[in-house]
Amino acid sequence: MEAHIEAVHHGPPTAHHSSRVNASVLGMFLFIASEVMLFGSFFTAYFFVRVVNHVQWPTPPFHLPIFVAGINTAILVTSSFTMHWALQSIKRGNRAGLQAGLLLTFLMGLVFLLTQAREYSRVGFAPHDGAFGTIFYCLTGLHGAHVFVGLSILLFMTIRAFRGHFSPEQHHGVEIGGIYWHFVDVMWIVVYTTVYII
Amino acid sequence: MINPLRSEAEAFRFLIGAIVYFAAIAIAAVAGGRWAGLGVFIFLSAVVLAWWARARRAERPEQTVPRPSAPGERRILVVANETVGGRTLRDLIQQRSEGVRAEVLVVTPALNSPLRHWASDEDGARAAAQERLDRSLGRLRGLGVQARGAVGDGDPLQAMEDALRTFGADEIIISTHPEGRSHWLERGVVTKARERFAVPITHVVVDLEAEREEVRG
Repeated sequence: MEAHIEAVHHGPPTAHHSSRVNASVLGMFLFIASEVMLFGSFFTAYFFVRVVNHVQWPTPPFHLPIFVAGINTAILVTSSFTMHWALQSIKRGNRAGLQAGLLLTFLMGLVFLLTQAREYSRVGFAPHDGAFGTIFYCLTGLHGAHVFVGLSILLFMTIRAFRGHFSPEQHHGVEIGGIYWHFVDVMWIVVYTTVYII
Repeated sequence: MINPLRSEAEAFRFLIGAIVYFAAIAIAAVAGGRWAGLGVFIFLSAVVLAWWARARRAERPEQTVPRPSAPGERRILVVANETVGGRTLRDLIQQRSEGVRAEVLVVTPALNSPLRHWASDEDGARAAAQERLDRSLGRLRGLGVQARGAVGDGDPLQAMEDALRTFGADEIIISTHPEGRSHWLERGVVTKARERFAVPITHVVVDLEAEREEVRG
């Protein structure tokens, strides 16, 4: 009887994938691209309300809290700097810098969200107060939802950072979360400039 | 595809750029009115687009260095499409395999039409590439060359990079039609491969028509 040795393959077949781009970075990019399209649809509505239909902005007698929103913008932009600092720290093996950076980013993001919520209660108009009110709440509210998701991601990252899960060799979780947080910041810059300033 | 956000550092630089961009538009709009803001927006957008187009053209991909191979072993990566059954290519592979423990991987890119590529309809292209590959592997085995094959990405350079990541080739052989008939030569595939991969690359021209004439004659 002839001995027959077979090589037995264990596990699922090798996935067909290209080495062109890292899968998780691509996933985050595709997610951000879909979110940009979502924001784009709301900005299109804003464009039709304000430019095509010439609705006065802000519609009297309402006013927009430009100064408070400006302070909030500064807080959010600063949080991106602390996020970047956190990632640069862990790349250099500075765990304390990572933990401090993530904690600061989370706290600043939380302050932003709470300030936005407080402004909603003080702004003097509601979503049903005409097209102006609807668009204002939709755009800022959509952004606020994204900040909330970002804060959830930041919370997980911060907890993991304090548990020592990240290292100079393995910090992909911080990188992906960082990309998302910068996207949230960029979207706020766009919202603040178009809705509050121009 | 091109991913503009390959790292957090790139996303951060994009944020800084966005702050400068929108700040300039906002300042222009507040100071000079909406038409000044619009003018700054158009100007800055044109500048950004021109810079991006220039950066894309100048961007060179990182050179891919394959895994080291075992001593006494020679790993040959062959990249061929329609010429994969050509006698010239087979003879070169046989020649390179003599006297060494050679491992040959033949990669046939699943070339596809642009429309089908964008519609993600690549089943036909992969099936056709597999057929060509199977015929060629059969002929190589007939010559005593132990080769295995894989259908690769539709872009021959990407197919090479994918193969190099798991098959640490000591040499790449790129087989094309003669100049004038080869899309790969028109697109500079061989030149780009030499820039991109830190492995010796041999370019072999397979004239299938001439080979068929020889056989008939």
